[in-house]
Amino acid sequence: MAVKNIVVAGLGGQGVLKVTDILADALFLCGYDVKKSEVHGMSQRGGSVSSEVRFGDRVASPMVPMGECDILAVLDSTQVEVVQAKLRKGGILITPDDVPKEQLKHPKALNTMILGAIAKHLDVKAEIWDQALASAFPEKLLELNREMFALGKK
Amino acid sequence: MKLLASGNEAIAMAALDCAVDLGCGYPGTPSSEILDEFSRMGGRAEWEPNEKCALETAIGVALANGRALVTMKHVGLNVAADPLFTIAYSGTNGGLVIVSADDPGMASSQNEQDNRRYANSAGVPMFEPSDSQECYDFLIEAFKLADRFRSPVLFRVTTRVCHSKCVMDRHGKGLSPRQAEFVKDPTLNVMVPAFARKAHRRLRADLKAMQKWNEEGSFVKEVRNGSELGVVTSGISFQHVLDADPSVSVLKLGMTWPLPVERVKKFAASVKRCIAVEEGDPALGEMLRAAGVPVESPDESFRFGELNVDRVRKLLKNDLTPDPVAAPGKPPQLCPGCPHRASYEALRDLNCIVSGDIGCYTLGVMPPFNAVHCCVCMGASVTVGLGLRKMLPEAEARRVVSVIGDSTFFHTGINGVVEMVYNPPATGHVLVILDNSTTAMTGLQEHPGTGRKLDHSPAPAVSIESVVRGIGIRNVDIVDTTAEPERFRELLKQRLAENSCSVIIARRPCILAMAKAKTYQAKKENN
Repeated sequence: MAVKNIVVAGLGGQGVLKVTDILADALFLCGYDVKKSEVHGMSQRGGSVSSEVRFGDRVASPMVPMGECDILAVLDSTQVEVVQAKLRKGGILITPDDVPKEQLKHPKALNTMILGAIAKHLDVKAEIWDQALASAFPEKLLELNREMFALGKK
Repeated sequence: MKLLASGNEAIAMAALDCAVDLGCGYPGTPSSEILDEFSRMGGRAEWEPNEKCALETAIGVALANGRALVTMKHVGLNVAADPLFTIAYSGTNGGLVIVSADDPGMASSQNEQDNRRYANSAGVPMFEPSDSQECYDFLIEAFKLADRFRSPVLFRVTTRVCHSKCVMDRHGKGLSPRQAEFVKDPTLNVMVPAFARKAHRRLRADLKAMQKWNEEGSFVKEVRNGSELGVVTSGISFQHVLDADPSVSVLKLGMTWPLPVERVKKFAASVKRCIAVEEGDPALGEMLRAAGVPVESPDESFRFGELNVDRVRKLLKNDLTPDPVAAPGKPPQLCPGCPHRASYEALRDLNCIVSGDIGCYTLGVMPPFNAVHCCVCMGASVTVGLGLRKMLPEAEARRVVSVIGDSTFFHTGINGVVEMVYNPPATGHVLVILDNSTTAMTGLQEHPGTGRKLDHSPAPAVSIESVVRGIGIRNVDIVDTTAEPERFRELLKQRLAENSCSVIIARRPCILAMAKAKTYQAKKENN
């Protein structure tokens, strides 16, 4: 399978890296070659954050080339402008307007809701998502995040 | 076992599988997670006050026949360079591997120095992994090389290698533990001139043997495609090249000092044109040309910033059109509720000339504070401030304040305070220590003042106020600038008007660290 590219962007503290961690984990569990890239440090201090996941039979560079992103998801609409150049023509853009935000039980869980919206476009079995979510969250937060993921995926 | 891991996690796993006796270092993006991971998996790990201390402790472990892993960011190796150049001469019986995590593009650094130059300059062999698998495999090879040649080994990773997660196999084929033993042999371990002269000759002979080892070893990977264009590369650049142009042949070097010159010569002769694709300095190109290999280096513009697939495509075509300018995004800033905010508001309002330092608080340079006016390297705030005071006319000299964080104070700030007491400027000086009780910028690591070890278990705390008083500072005040902003302003005004040397400790914990500190405390009470 040719390499597929996903980019997730947002602001520091929104849980961007959590989304790509779970994504990468789920795709790894599917048996794909997966690479995930991000930048730590300065960018954590409330600034723009983006993280990228590439998967397929064989992935070389961990970074998505310009105009080759298949799915671009943002946790904050202001970030579309920052990362849009990555999206390919005909690629999928997901913003907070595309998920049922009003049903969020906690503002911090927007990231798992967006992850659900990304999951709609991926051929990954429900039990694999379940496994990836379970290893990403402690017991007391798992149920809420499962629910938000399901809402985003609807 | 197959798993998804970052380069930093892979290094930690390899260290554990090599029975590393001690991992030590100073936090610095992008290296910081290595020791946390190593500790979490059961390895013995320590944060030390700075990289020089860490390398020296590691040298001691290796002199006692153990294995030690030292981690730091690229600029940390400048601090540790003094021991590095001499331990290269003497070597150690045990294993000593130094991770240098370089930051091309400066995601979180003050410069983009290329530490491949250190390998060449100090005469220390260097490995450069290009993904997590190689981080794991090469670290094991680095310790094997250390065992065989008694040499310290540099392990150069870069931001994308450290922080990218890749699928890798933790095969567990590591090394068995070493037994502690110290052999008294001054001719090997005491670098007085008579012994060092011999040691230098021995080092150069060893490097020749290491080159042969590299020529014959499995660290050179050749991807054979067309014979029109050949690329010599290393590290993350290799991955970008694979995606950028499937028609080029690639020679990828895993051990980049001493270089496998004969292998590269043979490769260069097999293609019409050969070009070195490398992030940072044109080091590989320069060294290969010096060795008589006909290799080109790309245009100067490609030495700035990180490479990626797009830039490598342009590089290979010598396309010099400017890269598309990305929308700026939101810059990092001091967190809402950050205790440094109130300190900077006062420094701004009193129109101070602020000599800053390295940490979250460097962000005081940004609006609305605009209150950091120079910043060089770890610890420089104190001494650069002294220099400003010595040069500026009195009215301006009086407005100079040095600010330094708590972790940075322990790192290399203490020496500056000694200088402040020893050679005070005519107007005296004011040092504000922004003590938020953690190493915040790199991810809330512990330091000698926090009262906790790397794994957050209790440790003796070194008191900042006792240290500065002990050095000879008479005016030492402790203020919570958020709770008592007026008191801080008045005190600062008073100290700036005096001709003495003063330290004001602005103490209030980082808001991100406070929640964590509570969980550590609860854990301690439960035990």
